[in-house]
Amino acid sequence: MKLARMVTALVFCLALLGCSKESDTLKIGAVLSVTGPASFLGEPEKNTLLMLQEQINAAGGVEGKKIEVVIYDDETDVNKCVMAVKKLIEQDKVAVVFGPSTSGNTLAVTKFFAPAKVPLISCAAAEKIVNPVDPWVFNTPSLDRHAAGRILADAQKKGYKKLAILTVSDGFGQAGRAVLQELVPARGFTLLADEVFGPKDTDMTAQLTKIKGLAPDAIICWGTNPGPAVVARNHAQLGLKIPLYMSHGVASKKFIELAGEAAEGLILPAGRLLASAQAPEGHPQKALLTRYVADYTKKFGAPPATFGGHTYDALMLVINAVKASKSVKPQDIRDNLEKVTAMPGAGGVFTMTPQNHNGLDESAFVMIMVEKGDWKVVD
Amino acid sequence: MDLASILQYLVTGLTVGATYGLTALGFTIIFNTTGIINFAQGEFVMLGGMMSVFFMRSLGLPEPAAIVLAVAGTTLVGALVERLAIRPVRDCPAINLVIITIGVSILIRGAAMLVWGKDTFALPPFSGSAPIPLLGAALMPQSLWVLAISLLILAGLKAFFSRSIHGKAMLACSYDPKAAALVGIGVERMVLLSFMISALVGAVGGAILAPITLTAFDVGVLLGLKGFAACILGGLGNPFGAAAGGLILGVLESLGAGLISSAYKDALAFVILLALLFVRPSGLFGQKDSKRV
Repeated sequence: MKLARMVTALVFCLALLGCSKESDTLKIGAVLSVTGPASFLGEPEKNTLLMLQEQINAAGGVEGKKIEVVIYDDETDVNKCVMAVKKLIEQDKVAVVFGPSTSGNTLAVTKFFAPAKVPLISCAAAEKIVNPVDPWVFNTPSLDRHAAGRILADAQKKGYKKLAILTVSDGFGQAGRAVLQELVPARGFTLLADEVFGPKDTDMTAQLTKIKGLAPDAIICWGTNPGPAVVARNHAQLGLKIPLYMSHGVASKKFIELAGEAAEGLILPAGRLLASAQAPEGHPQKALLTRYVADYTKKFGAPPATFGGHTYDALMLVINAVKASKSVKPQDIRDNLEKVTAMPGAGGVFTMTPQNHNGLDESAFVMIMVEKGDWKVVD
Repeated sequence: MDLASILQYLVTGLTVGATYGLTALGFTIIFNTTGIINFAQGEFVMLGGMMSVFFMRSLGLPEPAAIVLAVAGTTLVGALVERLAIRPVRDCPAINLVIITIGVSILIRGAAMLVWGKDTFALPPFSGSAPIPLLGAALMPQSLWVLAISLLILAGLKAFFSRSIHGKAMLACSYDPKAAALVGIGVERMVLLSFMISALVGAVGGAILAPITLTAFDVGVLLGLKGFAACILGGLGNPFGAAAGGLILGVLESLGAGLISSAYKDALAFVILLALLFVRPSGLFGQKDSKRV
């Protein structure tokens, strides 16, 4: 008798447990590089996600369901990233996964999502993530291709013909290099020089001297801090007058801090988040950017970096999808992500299709110049 | 391949080479006194730069005072390393001590990361950043400072080792510690002094280079490795060789990056070292090993 009662109680508890997993909450997993070399990406991404979770749940959740966010730190280590992804899919049974923060880590885990039938919205920008299109993999950062296109459009406007590129030897730099190698001749320029430097290199005067000897009309430097800051300094130290473009990889105040005076006058593409106050009134992104910046600054004491926008957009896309299908099942979320049209986000205005799992184009960027230690939109 | 470019490569190479030379000097001093390679030398260089940044930012000190304090602080760290990590196990074979220094370098690097984070920091140049034109190349004022201070330290160390009693005592320890102890030299005290001088030299190198190359918690790894390569290049145990090795390595690296390939700049330094060691195993200015039979 006692045994039967215990078994009944146990079954009842298990049933309850089983029940609570079903559709009561929108469970979102995230694998972000909160620590490690890419912490400048993962930290604002995590902060943004937690801040939005709080705000949305306080306002009643999505379609009556609360959002539950589970964040794992992969420490910018690909092995830890794979383990975290597996855990999110198999143990935590999330409906969708955000991240990883870096392209390298993303490419290592994309293969787990189609078999598991769980969508992935990556916060990394490598082209290979969404090209060729995997039905279960999306990403929110604007692609290198768009940034490069913007730089080249600006160079075309200024009448430059001969270009030199200077890229970092890491994943981001080489992805940019591949895109530039393709687009520079395709858009009618001549590629005079193709120099590379290491992410930890402290002196690029050799590369710049070589480039100086070839006399290009402009130099495009593609990398993330601190390398391009050293390039900017060396550029000033050598007294070079050749115009220098930077990539969106340095779209943060840290770059201005490291490069100091040498940053003055440099032009780079960046999302509108960086200079949201300068966006024209009535622009679809203006209101949400202003609110995002204000909320983030109030909660964390500093304005959000561009990268925080990646998880902002991922969450907004998912909410959009859930509202459309009124379901939090992974398959329904995936199907409706592909149908998102003209949704304003922090990184741009998103229009996803079954062939385009990024949703952005060149208009997501503005050209910004560094003026008196601050950003100034010039285009 | 014009003169201006070559001159530019030379100038940059000499500047960076001077720091390699200072690091190599640090290796040499400790090797001469104790027979071990101190792989934490690179971290002393890192501490010189990072501490200067820290003292300037958090204590608001003017740059010269911050650097002096940073060098003093690193010297203290050097003394602590000797006292806490080397002295208790001084009777161990040299290889054990070398591995201990590797452990110490990881410890210092980890502590620096915890205290100062992983960010990169800039130190303002000593006398502005307006480049000085020199026959088509641009010379940074900071490069002049680096070269001048390095020469000063080299001269100072030479005078110390050949004229002062402490310097001669340290040399005596390097020739034969037992004999030195027999004539009344406190060998343990000389070992402590050697670590402190190495730390001082390394820290100065780090502080004068930081305005040019920026500094972070992990710059010590590659700087230490290249300083060691410079040391071997010039002949282990020869201070003049260490300095010369540093300059040669810096110039060759710069020329290689400019004329051959910029992507393999780091590899070039080590390839040069390997090539030289195949031809002349004792380094450029080292003495050939001889054993009494």
